[in-house]
Amino acid sequence: MSPETTAAQAAHRPPKGPACRSLSDLDPGVRARLCHHSEHPVPTRLRDLGFVPDTALMVLRQAPLGDPLEVEIRGYRVCLRRADIAALCVVPVAQ
Amino acid sequence: MSASAALSDPIETLHIALVGSPNSGKTTLFNALTGSRAKVGNYPGVTVERREGEVRDVAVPIRLLDLPGTYSLDPETPDEEVVREVLAGERANEPVPDALVVVIDGTTLARGLGLVAQVLQARRPTAIVVTMIDEVRARGGRLDLGKLSRILGVPVMGVVGHRGVGVADVRGLLERARRWATPAEPPPVDDHEARFAWVDRVAADVGGFSPARDKRTDRIDRVLLHPLGGIPIFAGVMVLLFQSIFSWAVPAMDWIDGAFGALGGLSRSVLPAGLMTDLWVDGVLAGVGSVLVFLPQIVIVFTLIHLLEDVGYMARAAFVVDRVMGWVGLQGRCFVALLSSYACAIPGIMAARAVASPRDRLATILIAPFMTCSARLPVYTLLIAAFVPAERVLGPLGLQGLVMLGLYLMGALTALGSAALLKSTLLRGKVATFYLELPPYRIPTARLLFTQVWRSSRSFIKRAGTLIVVASIILWALLSFPRIPVDASLSQGAQAQAQLQASAAARIGHALEPVIEPLGFDWKIGVGLLASLAAREVMVATLAQIYAVGDADNFEGLRHALANDRDPQTGERSFTLASALALLVFFVFALQCMSTVVVMARETGSWRWPALAFGYMLALAYGGSFVTYRLATAFL
Repeated sequence: MSPETTAAQAAHRPPKGPACRSLSDLDPGVRARLCHHSEHPVPTRLRDLGFVPDTALMVLRQAPLGDPLEVEIRGYRVCLRRADIAALCVVPVAQ
Repeated sequence: MSASAALSDPIETLHIALVGSPNSGKTTLFNALTGSRAKVGNYPGVTVERREGEVRDVAVPIRLLDLPGTYSLDPETPDEEVVREVLAGERANEPVPDALVVVIDGTTLARGLGLVAQVLQARRPTAIVVTMIDEVRARGGRLDLGKLSRILGVPVMGVVGHRGVGVADVRGLLERARRWATPAEPPPVDDHEARFAWVDRVAADVGGFSPARDKRTDRIDRVLLHPLGGIPIFAGVMVLLFQSIFSWAVPAMDWIDGAFGALGGLSRSVLPAGLMTDLWVDGVLAGVGSVLVFLPQIVIVFTLIHLLEDVGYMARAAFVVDRVMGWVGLQGRCFVALLSSYACAIPGIMAARAVASPRDRLATILIAPFMTCSARLPVYTLLIAAFVPAERVLGPLGLQGLVMLGLYLMGALTALGSAALLKSTLLRGKVATFYLELPPYRIPTARLLFTQVWRSSRSFIKRAGTLIVVASIILWALLSFPRIPVDASLSQGAQAQAQLQASAAARIGHALEPVIEPLGFDWKIGVGLLASLAAREVMVATLAQIYAVGDADNFEGLRHALANDRDPQTGERSFTLASALALLVFFVFALQCMSTVVVMARETGSWRWPALAFGYMLALAYGGSFVTYRLATAFL
C-alpha cells in the first residue's frame, strides 16, 4: 500500500496479512467467514441473500469452465459469478 | 335465482396474495389450492405475468393472487417491483390484498425468513406456509413449526405441495384469514446485518439450520459437474436432444404425412370435383397437414426439455454454459430458452420469463427466432435434397449433412453475435447480479410431465387450426383466382400452368421480381416468400401448389420439379445451386412467422420490439442472400 493512500480508502481495503481475500479467490471446500471490509459496495441483491459480515460460507465447486461458483451460505446454496462476488472479502476459518 | 340475488351475495370475496421467492414451491401450492385453473394475464405496462385463481373447496369465496417470485421487497427487477407495489397498495386496479401468505422452502429456511421479516414489517394479516417439509425430514432435519408460529406471532403451516399433503389444512387457514393475528413486534429489516442476525436466531431456535445435505444430489453432481467430465456430459445430453429431433420423430412424422395424404385422396374420391373440394384438399388439408407433421418433433423436444428441467439437469446445464453466455453479455438461464427455440421460438420466448434480468430477458426474446426452429426443417430438407449433390466428403460425412449442420451453426452464431450487439447498444447497462440455484435432483411424476408437454404442444396445435388454416385458404385463393376459361386443346398440366400464370399470386410475384432478382429468385420464389411470412413451413406447401405437383405431400415429385424447372422463354434453369443457397440463407435469417411476432409483442408488452426484430432480421436475410448468391455464382 503506497504512503499516499488515505485513511478512508484504507478502511475499504481488506486488512493486511495473508488471511483476508476476495471470495472469488477462495478455494472450493475451504470454510470462511465474511469480513466487515469490502473492496467495493456489496450489491443489494447479495445482502438480500444473506451475504452480511460474520456469516460463515464455503465455495462448494466451480463450474467446469471455471465460472460461476456454487456457494453454500446459511444452509442453502446459490451459484454466483466471480465478478459479482469479487467485492466480498472473506477470512478462512479453522475447520 | 335471479342475477340480482347473486349480486347481493352477503359474503364478500377475500383477496389473498401469495408471496415467495422463486423455487419456493409457491406456484405448486397455488396450483394445488386453485386446481390449476388460473386466470393468466399481464400487469398493465410491465412484462410481468399476473396469475389469479379461485380457491377450490372453501366455505367463503377466496381469490388467490400468485405474486411473481421475489427474494426481497427491495426491488431489483420489474417482477419484484410489482410485488412491492401490490403489497403497498400502489398498483392501480389491483385491490390491496386482505391478507398475505408467505411461502418459504423448509430446506432453505434462513433465506426465506429474510423475506418473511420484510413482509411482516407491513403489519398486515399474514400467515406462513413452509413447503417441502418431507424433504427436510428426509434429510434428518426437524423443524418446530409451532415454535416458529409463536416467535413470529402469525399462523405457520407445513405442506408438501406437489403431493397435496397439508393443502386441505391451508384451505381452512385461508378461510379464517380475517382473524389472523398481525405480529405485535415486527422483526428488524432496515439494516441487513440486523435482519440476518434475527433470521439466524429464529432459524436456530426452530431447528431450521442445516438439514443434512441431500447426499444423492451431491453424489450425482460430483459426476455431472465434474471439472473434466462435466463438459462432455453436457455435450452428450445436447447430442441426444438433437438426435431425437432428427431420428426418433421420423416414423411418427411419416405417419401423419401419410394420413393427411390419404385423407386428401379420400376427399377427392368422395367429394364432387370442383372449387370447394379444391379449397378443402389443396387449401385446408395441405396447409394444416404441412404444419401438424411437426407435432411429433415438438412433443419429443418438449418432453425431453421438461424432463431435464424437472429432474434438475437444466439448471446444471445453465451452470455449465453460463461462462460462454457471459461472453456475449447473456447468462446461463438464457441458454434454456434458446434451447427450447430449436423446437419452436414461441415456447423459447416464453421460457425467457425465467431470466430474472429484464435486459437479458429482452435480448433472449429478440434472438430466439435465429435458432433453427423445426418449421425451417422442411424448407432446408427440400432445397438441400434438390440442389446439393449427395456426395461423401469426409469419411462418413455427406455434403448434404454438412450443409444442414452449417445452417444450424449459422443460426446459432448469428443469435449470439446479435446478443452481443444488442447488449452493447440498445440494451446496454449495469449487469444485474447473476444468481442461479441448483435444485436437488428429483424423479418427476408422469402426470406433471404430461401436463407440461400438453400445455406446450397445445398452442402449437391451436396455431395449425387457426392461423395456418386462414393463411392456406388465402394462398389457395390467390393461386386459383381470377379463373381463366378452360382451353380444351391444352393438356391438364399446361392448363394448370396457364391458370397459375393468370392468377393474382403470379401478378404479385412478378411485381416483386425487381426486388428479389438480385438474390437469384424468380417470381415463384417471390410468391413463396410472401406466403411464408405467415409461417416458414408454408413455403413448401406454396411451392407444391405452384409447381402443380398434384399431391402436396409428394416430396420426390416436388424435388424433381424444382431441380428441372426452366424459364419458358430462355430455357435456362430458373433455379440454380447459387439461388438455392441464397434462399437457404434467407430462411436462416428472416423472421417469417406471424405467431412469433405476436408472442414477442405480448411478452415485451409493445410492438416496438417485434418490429425491430422483424426489420433487423429481414435486412440480414436480404444482405446475406445477396452476398451468398453473388459469391456462389462467382465460385461454383
